[in-house]
Amino acid sequence: MYGGGYIFDEPDKKLSAQEQLHDDPEKLTRFEEKIQAGEKIEPGDWMPSEYRRQLIRLIEQHAHSEVIGALPEGTWITRAPGFKRKMALIAKVQDEIGHGQLLYNAAETLGKSRESMINDLLTGKSKYSNVFNYPAETWADVTVIGFLIDAAAIINQLANARGSYGPYCRALERICYEESFHLKQGQEAFASLAAGTHSQQAMLQDALNRWWPPIMQFFGPPDKISAHSGKLMQWKVKMASNDDMRNQFLDTYVPKVWELAMTLPDPLLKKNESSGRWDYTEPDWDQFFRVIQGEGPCNKERLDVRRWVESHGRWVRLALMKAGQRKSMPMA
Amino acid sequence: MPSFDPRIERLHISDNSKEELLSHGENWNIYEVFHQEKRGARHEHVGGVHAPNPEMALVFAKEQFGRRKRCVNIWVVNSADILAFSEQDEDMFAANLGKTYRDASGFRVMDKINRIRSQKKEE
Repeated sequence: MYGGGYIFDEPDKKLSAQEQLHDDPEKLTRFEEKIQAGEKIEPGDWMPSEYRRQLIRLIEQHAHSEVIGALPEGTWITRAPGFKRKMALIAKVQDEIGHGQLLYNAAETLGKSRESMINDLLTGKSKYSNVFNYPAETWADVTVIGFLIDAAAIINQLANARGSYGPYCRALERICYEESFHLKQGQEAFASLAAGTHSQQAMLQDALNRWWPPIMQFFGPPDKISAHSGKLMQWKVKMASNDDMRNQFLDTYVPKVWELAMTLPDPLLKKNESSGRWDYTEPDWDQFFRVIQGEGPCNKERLDVRRWVESHGRWVRLALMKAGQRKSMPMA
Repeated sequence: MPSFDPRIERLHISDNSKEELLSHGENWNIYEVFHQEKRGARHEHVGGVHAPNPEMALVFAKEQFGRRKRCVNIWVVNSADILAFSEQDEDMFAANLGKTYRDASGFRVMDKINRIRSQKKEE
């Protein structure tokens, strides 16, 4: 559920521009006609090298986001208030890891191995949604993540599910189905705090104030500075512009926050009745890029945990691999 | 602010975090997964899992694909064992929809019946 709108791009545009020259123009035309006609592209099909590269980048980073996104919520499993919330949080975290698996599987169909995707995450070469570089400080943070960040991710995923690459669409279809309860349990936990005591309301307001800037950054830089071209839209890799998705999110969820008598820390936030779009203070994009490059409060912690998990799981992977060679003792 | 993750706070894993990379093949083979939603339904492809052998693939597939939706059975098969046509051969199926002699709608009976009926009326 955690695919952000913004996908970090490695700076090797020159290389891909050269590869692009080698794409057979006749095949390219047929490929584009197929997409135009609403047909899906499948793993064995011919595809432009730039399409393949962009899809690997997109799906792989979506997968990393699912796995890393489980970490801030995972630490709250032992602290969740009440048995039902604890069970729901365990189920949700397990789902997120499962979504990571579904997405890695879809990305693998494009020719990049699971091991190299994980290695690129561990070395920091490949990124994940920036929003998970922030800590979940209180239970209210968990409710804000479960409600608003899940909601934002669902907007992005529903858009991408209409894209052109078959395996990614099929993975997203399953993910969106599984996530219907995530959003609802998040909203319910959020609303319980909003309808609770003064200190619960204050805790929720504090969490909202801290999470609002990363949430506004979730869909990525504004269209006017976003590097992603019309080509990705034409190939149905990117299905909606960052600003359009952000606007759709504000349209649906700001009223839901306001109706619970909570406020959002942006004095300019309001729907512009004449344009039908939302006005807001532009998020700090320089800060956004600094956090992506490692300056966020949790970047190091997230990768340290991920590396530790890989190295501590290694003996299990190796033991399983050699299962056939193991000597066994007679039962009796 | 201290971390809530016990691995950070109590194990201090950040003190000696080092990059340890996966070697090729460490995530085993890929198995394709087919699930059956209810008895009598056909098995349907739902995705894949990584596993060292078919038995483990079944265990992982149950966790990955049999955890939420209705499911009564699962098949797994090594991806490499699946044989499929290539996209370039797609045209060999192109004539399928044009074979009217293989389709009930390609046979018109009513106009013959009507012709006989109208002949009878005239008599």
